[in-house]
Amino acid sequence: MTLVIVFYDLKIVNCELNIKTNNNMSDLEKFLEKIEENIKIEPKDWMPDDYRKHLQRQMSQHAHSEVIGMQPEGNWVLRAPSLRAKVILLAKIQDEAGHGQYLYSAAETLGKSRSTYINELQTRKAKYSSIFNYPTLTWADMGAVGWLVDGAAIVNQVSLQKTSYGPYSRAMVKICKEESFHQRQGYEIISNMAKGTPEQKQMAQDALDRFWWPSIMMFGPHDADSSRSENAMKWKIKNETNDQLRQKFIDKTIQQAEIIGLTIPDKDLRWNDETNHYDFGEIDWDEFWNVVKGNGPCNDDRIEHHIKAHEDGAWVREAAIAYAEKNG
Amino acid sequence: MDNQGDIWEVFIQSKPGLAHKHVGSVHGMGKEMALQNARDMYTRRQEGTCIWVVKHADIIASVPEEDGSFFDPSNDKIYREATYYTMPEGAKNI
Repeated sequence: MTLVIVFYDLKIVNCELNIKTNNNMSDLEKFLEKIEENIKIEPKDWMPDDYRKHLQRQMSQHAHSEVIGMQPEGNWVLRAPSLRAKVILLAKIQDEAGHGQYLYSAAETLGKSRSTYINELQTRKAKYSSIFNYPTLTWADMGAVGWLVDGAAIVNQVSLQKTSYGPYSRAMVKICKEESFHQRQGYEIISNMAKGTPEQKQMAQDALDRFWWPSIMMFGPHDADSSRSENAMKWKIKNETNDQLRQKFIDKTIQQAEIIGLTIPDKDLRWNDETNHYDFGEIDWDEFWNVVKGNGPCNDDRIEHHIKAHEDGAWVREAAIAYAEKNG
Repeated sequence: MDNQGDIWEVFIQSKPGLAHKHVGSVHGMGKEMALQNARDMYTRRQEGTCIWVVKHADIIASVPEEDGSFFDPSNDKIYREATYYTMPEGAKNI
């Protein structure tokens, strides 16, 4: 009699387990079906943990890049060569702050607070785009940053407008609308310098020489060496690979350099009639990984400055909270 | 961890006559700051004529897992659609 009862109980337990597993399966199936049919995933929808984690990492990294990206440009606000150049630069930097905010807002819908994301940046658990660890040494660098760095970012972000996570996709649509002015103002700066005095032209060429390779590194490692690409493509977080996006950027940028009389610093660069793309030289991946790991020229400065600005603003946040509590 | 203020959802009317549409969220300490932050963040290029901000915590939303049963009452009433009805042949302007 006792034995029978035990079996009976086990059976119930098994039965419940089965139901549970089936439910999980159907959640995953429903999720994959939406991905397959290009239906966006929204914050309250069920999603696999790895999908959520991948997005938290990628979106916060993207947000941190916008925010840290204000520093190399902020370096030139007080030294802009004209009032026109200064108001434009300020407007661009304000946009970058806005883009960071859109992305943090979208990333927060994944159930992680803004304070946590900021803390991960400041304790170097989270990364940002390596390009911002290079210094901006001359005014021509403001041209190179807008033309090349924003140009590369646009190629990446246009592709991300189709990403499978709804809030990320909507943030990208908004950012892309605003970003094209950034690239055009940079190209205007560098093209004006390229047609100026020989010294000015030399400054423009020097800026291109220093920013070209770090810009094409912005797309990340080759597909074969990119451990996270597979999931990102499977879940349609990304719809084009690092190498595809890099090629797109190179193909469209070369003509822009030629027309203003500057030379891309790559002796292996040539048009390939068979592939209908430009062939280009090997990227220095040791340099890339070295900067990613924190050893670039400005990694420490960027984080220290962020922490200082954050701490200096603490009393403002406290006062604002006290005011809000008093006045509702 | 420091206090970053409440999350406020932002709704913008892009021109008179249109409905307010959700555009995203901002952080703000109090409603005034939330409104000003929303202006700086979402209307740098004349995107709006009016902004609403609503505390995120005050929004009640339906649950996606229950979508099927929640929206069920509207599933089987096709007579609510104009195309359900048969009009006499030749009738105009209807």
